[in-house]
Amino acid sequence: MTLALFFFYVFSIIAVASALMVIASRNPVHSVLFLILVFVNAAGLFMLAGAEFLALILIVVYVGAVAVLFLFVTMMLDVDFASLRQGMLQYAPVGVVVGVILLLELLLVGGSFVMAPQVSGASAVPIDHAVDNTRALGQVIYTRYVFLFQGAGAVLLVAMVGAIVLTLQHKANVKRQNIAHQTQRTRAEATELVKVKSGQGV
Amino acid sequence: MTSDLTSFAALAPAYPELLLAVGAVVLLLAGVLFSRERSTGLALISIVLLIAVIAVALWQPAEGTLFNGGFIVDGFARYMKLLVLGGSAVTLILSTSAAKPFGLDKFEYSILVLLATLGMMVMVSANDLMSLYVSLELQSLALYVVAALKRDDSRATEAGLKYFVLGALASGLLLYGASLVYGFTGLTQLDQIVGAIAGEHRSIGLIFGMVFLLAGIAFKISAVPFHMWTPDVYEGAPTPVTAFFSTAPKVAAMALIIRVVTVSFGPITHDWQQIVVFLSIASMVLAAFAAIGQNNLKRLLAYSSIGHVGFALVGLSAGTAVGVEGVAIYLAIYITMNIGFFAVLLSLRTADGAYVETIPQLAGLAQKRPFVAAIMAVVMFSFIGLPPLAGFFAKWQVFLAAIDAHLFALAIIGVLASAVSAFYYLRIVKVMYFDEATTEFEAAPAELTAVMAVTGFLLVTYFVTVGAPLYNAAHAAAGSLF
Repeated sequence: MTLALFFFYVFSIIAVASALMVIASRNPVHSVLFLILVFVNAAGLFMLAGAEFLALILIVVYVGAVAVLFLFVTMMLDVDFASLRQGMLQYAPVGVVVGVILLLELLLVGGSFVMAPQVSGASAVPIDHAVDNTRALGQVIYTRYVFLFQGAGAVLLVAMVGAIVLTLQHKANVKRQNIAHQTQRTRAEATELVKVKSGQGV
Repeated sequence: MTSDLTSFAALAPAYPELLLAVGAVVLLLAGVLFSRERSTGLALISIVLLIAVIAVALWQPAEGTLFNGGFIVDGFARYMKLLVLGGSAVTLILSTSAAKPFGLDKFEYSILVLLATLGMMVMVSANDLMSLYVSLELQSLALYVVAALKRDDSRATEAGLKYFVLGALASGLLLYGASLVYGFTGLTQLDQIVGAIAGEHRSIGLIFGMVFLLAGIAFKISAVPFHMWTPDVYEGAPTPVTAFFSTAPKVAAMALIIRVVTVSFGPITHDWQQIVVFLSIASMVLAAFAAIGQNNLKRLLAYSSIGHVGFALVGLSAGTAVGVEGVAIYLAIYITMNIGFFAVLLSLRTADGAYVETIPQLAGLAQKRPFVAAIMAVVMFSFIGLPPLAGFFAKWQVFLAAIDAHLFALAIIGVLASAVSAFYYLRIVKVMYFDEATTEFEAAPAELTAVMAVTGFLLVTYFVTVGAPLYNAAHAAAGSLF
């Protein structure tokens, strides 16, 4: 057994096991943590397959951003997952049937899929196996596809402007901290000496 | 790997887009820094920016492809870009007085319009399935936000959400089609796909891809049966936004469908012709009958615009240079008519600050505001296509192209649908001129009066003034595709 094969089995066994735990664990926060474990192991599998760019993007985007966001949402929303999970056993057979059909279909497609021979030759950027794919991507993304890259940037800018303009509220009478004002406060305007007669209170 | 970014001069064909993109970003910064409250100044600068872009586009003669074929500037692209820019600029002018009452007095409104216009300009110049998709998304995303910009209004937010969901569905269809086309040819560049078709027998997968691609774009031009979102979105969105939706984006999407079918699928004209003929007939007929029962002016205009897309597609279904020329002329006249219509709508404000929305509110307009009523009547007669108004020549061109291509049934159905649609246009004229006046209106702002006067003048004197230059421009534009 080669080292690569060994790691393949390690990564895939942990990935499948933690995927199971995502749906099986009682605590939703644990579910999200297991989801992160799935992502990390999937990234390892990508790395073994030679797709190192995809692997690192998976870590950066999914683990770093999406999963953490998930974690926040599950912690803040306080959804009653126990009641959501009621009747899971009842629906399990249907789920299993759907899953098996899906698996069979995937196997059928995967088994019979052939690329048309002329396609890979005709594509705009043929795959060069000599360079690794981060380098290959770097060679085209800022040169050949700079236009699309900038276009995608403009789309994201619009999305950001849109998200802000549709949700940002400007409240009129919100009290904000003014540090200069705070530090300039003198004792005279902040405190007041009141003479209180004993037994009467303020 | 070569790059076009070696020198600034090499980017000459894309100068208008560059100016617009940089200008929009600078204005966005200026808006965030300075003018949270003062959005009018920014709107005026946006109009100036658009006019500057028009000037650059007019005086920049460079043509050619850029960015490894992803972006093309030819006569057709330049013609359509000028229409798009003109439509956007005039709609921004229309919105200046109406921004506050319609809740559009945020500086983001003009920025989003600018970015949408940028998307449309790239759509018109897109020569690659990828740049086509990116530009379409840039345009659509900005439009979704603009539709829902008046976020306290339930109708506007509903319009925005509906537009977003259905638009996303359309994008899905389009992407699926694009992936099939790529899968069966290995190419994404529009003018190379044609080589893959001519070189070998067309494959059924490619046809599937083309059908999905056309369905996706048909959503954007709101051709039947992909029109369902149009009446709701047009009615729900604030009126200046509806004016924007019904002009520039229609032109850009139309330019897109024209370029895709003529450039990429030229050799299989017979295959796409059936689809375009169907879209055309269905749009004309449905719009003619569905608009009859409408009482809301914006809803009526939505059906009217569906119908006009049908008429424009008559020209495209001919599949010839004459047909495309007809569509180009049709679009120019169509946006002029729509601008006139919305200028009228936005200039009719009652004393309590509400804008006219329904047909009965127009009753007796001819006595109260004879000029506005006259412009509305001219627009209506032009919509119908009565000579010597511009609308007649628009329809004349497309039907002529259809008859040249021996599509007699299509031309006859088109003329009949046009006759049916005359009913609801004439009803507005009747209400304005022969019904008893009920409402008082405030005086229209000067810029709206100017826009109305210009559109009215252009529509009436089309044949003697702009007819010939427009024809020549459209002729040159169509010639660059064939």
